[in-house]
Order: sequence, then C-alpha cells, then structure tokens
Amino acid sequence: MEIAIISGKGGTGKSIISAAFATLIENVVLADCDVDAANLYLIFNPVHEEEKIYIGGHKAVIDYDKCSMCGLCISYCRFEAITTVNNKITISETSCDGCFLCTRICPENAINMIQNDKSRMFSGSFRNGKMVYGRLAPGEENSGKLVNMVREKAKQVAKENGIKMIILDGPPGIGCPVISTITGVDKVVIVTEPSVSGLHDMKRTVEIVKKFNLNPWIIINKFNLNNEMSRQIENWCKKHKISVAGYLPFTSQIVNAMVQQMSIIEYNKNSEISKTLGTIYNTIIHE
Amino acid sequence: MMKIAIASGKGGTGKTFVATNIFYSLCKNNRSAMLVDCDAEAPNAIAFFDVNLVNSDDVSQRVPVISSNACTYCGKCHDWCNYNAIFILPPVKVIQVIEDLCHGCGACVVACQYDAITEKLVSLGKVNSYLLNGVVSLIEARMNIGVMSPVSVIKAALKKADTMADFIILDSPPGTSCPFIQTALAADFVILVTEPTPFSFSDLKQSVETLKKINKPFGVIVNKAGLGNADIYFYLEKEKIQLLHEILFDIEIAELYSTGKIVAETKQYLEIEFYNMIKKIMRQYGNSDNQR
Ligand code: SF4
Ligand code: SF4
Ligand code: SF4
Ligand code: SF4
Repeated sequence: MEIAIISGKGGTGKSIISAAFATLIENVVLADCDVDAANLYLIFNPVHEEEKIYIGGHKAVIDYDKCSMCGLCISYCRFEAITTVNNKITISETSCDGCFLCTRICPENAINMIQNDKSRMFSGSFRNGKMVYGRLAPGEENSGKLVNMVREKAKQVAKENGIKMIILDGPPGIGCPVISTITGVDKVVIVTEPSVSGLHDMKRTVEIVKKFNLNPWIIINKFNLNNEMSRQIENWCKKHKISVAGYLPFTSQIVNAMVQQMSIIEYNKNSEISKTLGTIYNTIIHE
Repeated sequence: MMKIAIASGKGGTGKTFVATNIFYSLCKNNRSAMLVDCDAEAPNAIAFFDVNLVNSDDVSQRVPVISSNACTYCGKCHDWCNYNAIFILPPVKVIQVIEDLCHGCGACVVACQYDAITEKLVSLGKVNSYLLNGVVSLIEARMNIGVMSPVSVIKAALKKADTMADFIILDSPPGTSCPFIQTALAADFVILVTEPTPFSFSDLKQSVETLKKINKPFGVIVNKAGLGNADIYFYLEKEKIQLLHEILFDIEIAELYSTGKIVAETKQYLEIEFYNMIKKIMRQYGNSDNQR
C-alpha cells in the first residue's frame, strides 16, 4: 500500500507525521518526495546504498569564438534569457529554460547545451526499513520528474525486500511535484493547520486530490492553537464529505524529538500524541 | 525605492507572518509600501488585510495547435520538443500536443516546415491587484492548479509591482528552486526566516548557498527563538551571516496569527522592532536601483 502525506503549504507538520507513521509499524519504505527540501534523512540518517545522478534539465552556453553577434538567438528565446550586455551576447543561467531552440537556430553553431547534473537520488537503509529520497540542486527545475524517479525506486525497493507499506512524504504546493506524488497512490493524507491560510490552502489541495478521484483524509495539526478555526475546518470537511482522521495538539515535544533525531513515536511512545497518531494511522489504513 | 524579499527554504517558518507584519509596520509609520505575494502556489497575504480587488490580469502561455490537414507527420516538431510534449505515431497519422507538458518555448513552430502549427493561449494564473486604504498596495500572484511552474505568474506579478512606493516587500515562495530564485533576483536584499530546529537549519543552509551563488545580500531572522537548539546560531556566527532579528517563541503570536490578524497590531513592540530593522537594512543596503 502506498500512502502519500501532503499539504498545501509547508511547515504544517507533514514530515513529522510521515516520520511517526514510518516508525509505527515494523518495516516500511519511506520515500521523501519533497525534493526541493528533503528533510527526513535528518531524523533517520539512512546509510546510502545507491546514488544516482538526476539530470534536472539543460542550460545554454555561448562559444564566443564562434558567435558572430547576429542577434538571432535573442529574438527566438521566449524566456528572455538572452540579452546583450556590454556588446556581448549573454545567456542568463537563471532564466534559461533549456528548450534547445537557440542552439538549433544559431547559424554559427555557437550555442551548446550543458546538462544540469547536480541533483541526486539516494536510496538506502534506515533503522526501520528502506529509505529513498531526492535532492534537487538549487536552481534546478523539473522536480516532478525527480519525484517520479523517487517513487519508482521506492516501489522497486519494496518489491525486492517484500515490504508492503510505502510512505511518501510529499512536497508542498499544488503544482507538478504534488501531482507526481499522488498519482496512483492508495491513500492521500492532507495535513492542515487551524489558521485562515491553513484552511485556504487545504481547500486548494483537496481540489487537486479530487481530480484524481481520491478521497483524502485530513489531519488537523496543532488544533489547540485555534479551536474555533479547527471547528471551521471540521465543518467544511463535513459539508464536503471529507473525513477528518484526527487532531494533533501543539506540543514542544515534537521539536524536542526532532532535535534528538527521533520520530515522536520513538521519543515517547506512551505520550498522548503518539497514541493519537497510532489511532489515526489505523483509521487511515483500515477504512 | 528598495525591494526586500522575505524568504525561507521551507514553508511554515513564518515567512508570511514576517512579510505581512513588516508591510504593516511600514504603513503604520507612514512609509509608502507595497506587498507582493509571490507565493503563487499558495498565496495567503490578502487574508490579513481588508482589501478590495481592483484588477485581475490573466497570465497565459502559448501552446501549439497542430492542423492534421497540413501535417505531413515528418516528426521534426517532436524531435525539437525537449519536453516530450508532442506525441506522434506517423503510421496511423496521429499527432497530439500534451498541453500539460508544454513549456511554450515555440521550438515546434520554428521546426515545422509545412506551416502546420499555430498557437493558442492557455491560462496559467492571475495577477491580482488590491486596494488597501484607497491605494493599490497589494499584488498577488496566483497560479492555476496543476500548472507546471509558477515562474511566469511570479514574473508577471513582479513586473506589475514596479511603482513609486518607497518599499516593495516580496513574500517569496518556499524552496530554493526557480520560483524562489526569480523572486530573490528581483530584490535588493533578502531576509531569510528560519527556526532553530534541525529541519529549518538544513533548509537555511540550502537557501544561503543559493543566495551566495547569485550574489544577493541577505540576513536572517530567527523565528520561534527558544524552541529547538542552538546549532543555527553557531552557524550564523561561523559564516558571518547577519542575524537581523529574533522573535521569541510565544504561543499568543501563533494564536493571533491563526485568526488572520496582524500580530504587530496587538503586540506593538513587534511593529517598532520590524520598522527599526528595515531602517537599518535601508541604511546598509538601500537605494540600489535593481532594474529587474
Ligand atoms: S544566434 Fe548564434 S551567432 Fe547569432 S548572436 Fe546568437 S549565438 Fe551568436
Ligand atoms: S535554451 Fe531556450 S530558454 Fe535557454 S537560452 Fe536558448 S532559447 Fe532561451
Ligand atoms: S512549444 Fe515547445 S514545449 Fe511546447 S510543444 Fe512546442 S516545442 Fe514542445
Ligand atoms: S513538424 Fe509540422 S509537418 Fe512535421 S510532424 Fe510536426 S506538425 Fe507535422
């Protein structure tokens, strides 16, 4: 079974909950799909068994020995990446989308494409099973594809090791990486916070999940920071026939566990919050 | 005019809290300020102000349309498309554009020698302008669900914001990839908001790396100080990174924020601290004229 844990906005506690789920059962494959800011390895310190280069796109580079300054490339580039700076044709690395058009039209063959090869995918073992995660190098795009690579690897590892449960810690947002994360999973959990922006982001996220014909579970994290807002979220869910899997309180224990590089379950198995997480997990798995 | 971006490697560290409260503090001290919400995937800033929408501009992208009458199924457009957005099966005369994958680069149009490709516009999102106390002072980038990248919408919002205001505050998208870089590039100075926890620390290091790469001056605000551990402070000292401000962890702040209130309105010390911080940044880095 594949469970994806997502949230419209970052910092709602997605990774903390993924870490808790991953330590509630015996043996799991944990995949960190938040390739922009992979974090779970900080808690579980996995031993790398495999490292793969991920090509996150291309960048155009000019060979000035060949360039005749005709300016053709400037007029063709739709990403405003090519300009003249001090009488020299210049390509902005941050604006180039890597579409190859300039290199194809340049009459002097003066433009080469180089690969972005700083991004990586890692897979290995941690104390409770296997772990797969991606790290997108700063400025490299196409994180949706890296997410797909992470998920494929996670499935393969699960099969090879006879592991039944795959937990996906998803990226924030509503774009391509989230869609890559939830396509074809069995269950989706949306983590939200009781705040005006929390509710707003949750609604946008529910909308995406519904497009995939999935019925998400909601977890309201830090519910006690604003009981009134928690009730509003609950009512909204009721109205839209979405089930709330449970409520987690705000507690500094969560931060303490993280500092000790532990999931909350490992840090204090008998705490209220650990028990609640156990109940939530069972609800999600069995219903 | 000075543009200041408020950013953080990871969401939820209090970026929007800092951005909206700095904006409020500037207005309160009679400085002309504008807030641009560049977090196009989850724009939230308007929830904190009593604003009226005055303008909504569509941001769109060109996408090819292939005429099956004119197409010879030569496959050149498919070869030239670096994003696999054109699907072609010549034996059965099938050619199709997968719009979700298209970046609108125009390569296929240039490739086709049979004039079989024209283009249409597809909406990516909106740039909304809002009135606050009679002036347009809030601009919001809002991406449509499922769009490949928010960058075009962010760029359009940044363009819209070029006005005469003394301060333009950019609420940056989270992460360290293109959306963040596009926002940071437009700023004169970047404030990174972080928390003293291992997750935030790891994200902070990544943001710092990125900002150094693009040569952008920056400083750090530690939010929820008192939680977690001290690793972040050692790092800032070692790397000689300016600690601009610390906001002590206070459960009341979290409660006020969650109700959609500007915290500095209730806790006036925040207004004074934020205003002084901005004045100091202005003295150190101000009045550069970033043309982007
Ligand atoms: S098209 Fe080629 S030759 Fe012409 S300006 Fe661009 S790089 Fe130089
Ligand atoms: S590869 Fe595409 S985006 Fe990059 S500079 Fe060339 S034309 Fe512009
Ligand atoms: S516009 Fe560019 S990305 Fe879109 S189909 Fe044509 S070649 Fe591919
Ligand atoms: S390049 Fe033109 S003619 Fe050739 S397959 Fe593409 S659309 Fe058809």
